[in-house]
Amino acid sequence: MDTGLKILSAILLIGMLVFIFPRMRHALQNAPKGTRQDWLGYIIPLAAVVGFIIFLILMVKH
Amino acid sequence: MYDNQTVISRGRESVLETNKVIRNTYSLLSMTLLFSALMAFVGTVIHISPMVSLISSFGAMGLLWFVLPRTAQSAAGIGVVFAITGLLGLGLGPMLNHYLAMSHGGQLVMTSLGGTGVIFLGLSGYALTTRKNFSFMAGFLMVGLLVVVLASLGNIFFLIPALQLAISAAVIMLMAGFILFETSQLIHDPNANYIMATASLYLSILNIFTSLLQILGVFGRDD
Repeated sequence: MDTGLKILSAILLIGMLVFIFPRMRHALQNAPKGTRQDWLGYIIPLAAVVGFIIFLILMVKH
Repeated sequence: MYDNQTVISRGRESVLETNKVIRNTYSLLSMTLLFSALMAFVGTVIHISPMVSLISSFGAMGLLWFVLPRTAQSAAGIGVVFAITGLLGLGLGPMLNHYLAMSHGGQLVMTSLGGTGVIFLGLSGYALTTRKNFSFMAGFLMVGLLVVVLASLGNIFFLIPALQLAISAAVIMLMAGFILFETSQLIHDPNANYIMATASLYLSILNIFTSLLQILGVFGRDD
């Protein structure tokens, strides 16, 4: 990647940070807290996604 | 008796309204995905340069941050979503050309595309059938996004392949969370806007596709 592309990509990402930061602060202050059961409801589908990606990796390796 | 009927009627109206928002979101999402795929095809055929790709990403981000929030409540918002997805699709050109030039690049791209479809449909199906409320994840997802953007920023200059792989894996996990979050918002948030939801779901799908392609590209190399 040449220097011009690197600098432009960095500007884009810094713009994202500026955009994300206030939203993150708002979400941290206002979002409801999840229970253990709530987080379990997130971890189960996430584990399925991880398993599926490992399956895809094994598929492209052979 | 009258009160019970009113409650049932309002409940039914609320369910109908929710179903309408979900239907509109998925209709618009499927159309924008098709349009984006067409623009990605154009981008690969005309071999757009990485600089043009980056400029189109800038254009899309500008529309997403400054124009979409102002137009999302009107029909103009639909045109803006198509513009965003078209620009981002066009921006995929150099990346797709890079992978298509590999010995079985076509297979990698199609596997990533199919894998993204399965992940999205699986997660959306999970959120819609369980009707769980994932609003508690908002803070966690935003912090995760901030960390990923910071890591990506560092990796632009350090170019560490292992870090790139870790970022791609983290992006997929985060975007999976965003799909669950956004889908549950469609069900539970009475102010849910289908245009904003479409843009958010589209970005999650795009990020999963590009990250999965990077991961499969690393593991599927011949050398």
